[in-house]
Amino acid sequence: MTTPALFGLVLAGGASTRMRTDKALLDYHGQPQVRWAFELAAKFCAATFVSVRPDQREDSSRAGLPQIVDRQPGIGPIAGISAALQEHPKAAWLVLACDLPFLTEGTLQHLIAHRDPHKVATAYRSAHDGLPEPLCAIWEPSAREGVLAYVAGGKRCPRTFLINSDATLLDLPERAALDNVNTREEFESAIAALGPLPNPPAQRGGGSKTVRVQYYAILREQAGRNDETLDTSAATPAELYAELRKRHPFQLAPEQLKVALNSEFGDWQTPLKHGDTVVFIPPVAGG
Amino acid sequence: MKPFSFSQAPLTADVYRAALADPAAGGYAAFEGWVRNHNEGHAVTRLEYEAFEALANKEGERIVAEAVARFGVLRAACVHRVGSLAIGDLAVWVGVSSRHRAEAFAACRYIIDEVKHRVPIWKKEHYDNGDSGWVNCERCAHPHEH
Repeated sequence: MTTPALFGLVLAGGASTRMRTDKALLDYHGQPQVRWAFELAAKFCAATFVSVRPDQREDSSRAGLPQIVDRQPGIGPIAGISAALQEHPKAAWLVLACDLPFLTEGTLQHLIAHRDPHKVATAYRSAHDGLPEPLCAIWEPSAREGVLAYVAGGKRCPRTFLINSDATLLDLPERAALDNVNTREEFESAIAALGPLPNPPAQRGGGSKTVRVQYYAILREQAGRNDETLDTSAATPAELYAELRKRHPFQLAPEQLKVALNSEFGDWQTPLKHGDTVVFIPPVAGG
Repeated sequence: MKPFSFSQAPLTADVYRAALADPAAGGYAAFEGWVRNHNEGHAVTRLEYEAFEALANKEGERIVAEAVARFGVLRAACVHRVGSLAIGDLAVWVGVSSRHRAEAFAACRYIIDEVKHRVPIWKKEHYDNGDSGWVNCERCAHPHEH
């Protein structure tokens, strides 16, 4: 079996009822979110489309992008997935919701690297409830028949579809990457958490950058949290740990720790980049 | 089965063992790590395991691949528990099938030794006096023995 080509589908047909404004047009990263998600998907996909309802075709933020129009509007995101699977039946689809402002290239890379084309889909487990996340997932052509039957049977929930399908489920390399934004309050806190992320550090001067730190085991307990996002002028993980020791009662010395950058072992002197995820690894004790 | 994985649920060694079956295999060796009721003179009542799974899965897969390449075994896998465990529970399982016994034992030994030292997994012990501590991080500063 040859692996089906991967196409991208950005879901931008939602009604955004709880936000009371079009979620696709929210600006987290210096451009409408639908365009940001489209460009992110396009980095990995042979072709990328925006999923729209028929009445959104001429909408200014969507009109300039290749579209796939819902065939059964009003039934939610499964309409977009179903339309895409029918429009290009030989393609696999990297389906992305456009209310995922924390999504990163690394998270998509990890998904694609662990894709199993023999399964109906490859998806992440939610960091919150462990159930599949259908809207940052790869849907294979083999999902088409099942999705059509599911919709024909009056069902709409893509998550329930994946729960009952033979899908590969992965753990998120970055826990918060799929935290979605449905309300004004969540939007405001997302903006605050993302802070200056859209600007590359080179343009910002002073070496200031935003990094996310995840804590495990004794460091998690001593920090009193699982993770935090912070602005820092620390140039290296060594400087960052020294800075964090002023804020948290960390007793482990750097010599007792290892460091991971973006879910891979790193070096204490590697220059930190804007947007990095950093983990300080206490002495391990498996087995 | 995946070469390395975590499980929130109790480990099922029989199921894993079956997945290593191979017509060319002349034998199978396994190691099971169990939760014991004492460590370094302290009575232990239960354990918690926590892992940095994104990195742990990668490092675990590398270890198993190293063992297969190094000892020329047919199949190998490791499953590690996370969550809360009671005395006697199976904490980690390693299995190897191979043509002959020597390399099965060696690969099994290699995998468990490397997992203990390299994979970001942490163990919190709860003691009978109500205290608790992260192994290797608090009470005992010296590295865990093989």
